[in-house]
Amino acid sequence: MRVYLDNGATTRTAPEVLEAMKPFFLEEYGNPSSIHTFGQVAREAVENARSVISKSINADPKEIVFTSGGTESDNIAIQGVARALPGKHIITSSIEHPAVLETCKALEHKGYKVTYLKVNRFGLMDLGELENAITKDTILVTIVFANNEIGTIQQIREIGVICHKHNVYFHTDAVQALGKVPIDVKSMNIDLLSASAHKLHGPKGVGLLYVRKEVKLEPIVYGGGHERGIRSGTINTAGIVGFARAVELSEQPNNMVKLRDKLITELIKIPETFLNGHPTQRLPNNVNVSFKHIEGEGILLHLDARGIAVSTGSACSSLTLQPSHVLLAIGLRPEDAHGSIRITLSRYTTEEEIDYFLDSIAPIVKRLREMSPFKGE
Amino acid sequence: MGLYSDEVMAHFTHPKHMGKLKEFDAVGKVGNPVCGDVMYIYIKVKDNKIADIGFETMGCAAAIATSSMVTELALGKTLEEAKKITRDDVAKSLNGLPPVKMHCSNLAAEGLRNAIEIYEKKVKG
Ligand SMILES: Cc1ncc(COP(=O)(O)O)c(C=O)c1O
Repeated sequence: MRVYLDNGATTRTAPEVLEAMKPFFLEEYGNPSSIHTFGQVAREAVENARSVISKSINADPKEIVFTSGGTESDNIAIQGVARALPGKHIITSSIEHPAVLETCKALEHKGYKVTYLKVNRFGLMDLGELENAITKDTILVTIVFANNEIGTIQQIREIGVICHKHNVYFHTDAVQALGKVPIDVKSMNIDLLSASAHKLHGPKGVGLLYVRKEVKLEPIVYGGGHERGIRSGTINTAGIVGFARAVELSEQPNNMVKLRDKLITELIKIPETFLNGHPTQRLPNNVNVSFKHIEGEGILLHLDARGIAVSTGSACSSLTLQPSHVLLAIGLRPEDAHGSIRITLSRYTTEEEIDYFLDSIAPIVKRLREMSPFKGE
Repeated sequence: MGLYSDEVMAHFTHPKHMGKLKEFDAVGKVGNPVCGDVMYIYIKVKDNKIADIGFETMGCAAAIATSSMVTELALGKTLEEAKKITRDDVAKSLNGLPPVKMHCSNLAAEGLRNAIEIYEKKVKG
């Protein structure tokens, strides 16, 4: 049995998405910037896609800028605002994706001041602390909508209100949230929002940045002036069409929450096991647990041998040999961060797969603990 | 394919001499839970030779496989021979380790040496 439970990393492309994309490789391959019919057919497909996607987050079609993915969107948002505004202070959180964290760090090296807001043990930040951190020099608040490791959903609406009140741009990385959590950029006071198609059964290498009409932004890549001049480069017609189809499909009902909660209930029955992240305010497809006294890579490889794919916050699986900065930020001891695994579902996940996973995990944990010097201490 | 050699995977999935010895003369402890890798190597000595050996390890696949391999390499050897086993010997016997794993996960040889030194101190009194 092959069971894919790493949908936070990426997802299977939906067959309907692939079908929607195909004609734009084989027949309608014109450049949407060309004025001949080939080009105009492609242009129309792109604009239809833009309209579908913008509706799903209550934006205007003109406010959607297509990019190569979440990483690029985050970079354009943060660097683009930094280039456009004179202030030198940015506020973010300690649990951002590297696409945001590393961009902020790069700006720090260039003389910007960056505030990294702490989070509590559920991964939520303190709104009072956010408000206190805003100064006259603050140009941007950038906060992840839903965290990719622990799944915690931030109080986005409240953060939006604070940013609006102080007249500071609010960017949110919604790469994990789009298609899983309702998003309304207007009522949530969001100025900039990043998303990526491959997290919701769309193709890899396609993303978007929502840029509210009035927001001032300088490009970071120069060229032919595509996408309102914000993101030059020939438009990825097929990818964008696939992205829109993926967004439409994400509105179908699914049973992720039920399966997620079954997983949580059953996993924490294993002795010395605890849930990371918020018990309820979390992505419908995310479970993250720590098993004490053992290490995540070993768990991952034993599961892999049974055909099951998950991920871990252990240092041993990272290139930097550091345990997950997110798990440390919510207060886990490094040794407990090493023993964490993340299980991320999709709308294709079945109860049978979850049962197979649950049958597999308990003996693996038991066996690794028998091997560990810390059992029963 | 895969991060690890077949040899590493074989020792990871079917480790040799896993577990604490019921009777042992010394235990070598290396590593740090903060780093995610801790190894305990237990030895039983008879006629100046490693008569029995066992390990307990918390760590990644490389940490488990190197622990298992060091017990294989050391069993039956004299203390002098066993002390000479190096990290490189362990890695070579496993058909290599990914470069990032050479440092923190390949502590088993040190754990063994540590156990032998403790034993020798004890015997000398
Ligand atoms: C929260 C978050 N932001 C950004 C990214 C990067 O997106 P992409 O892979 O499309 O560059 C990811 C995915 O890895 C993510 O989970």
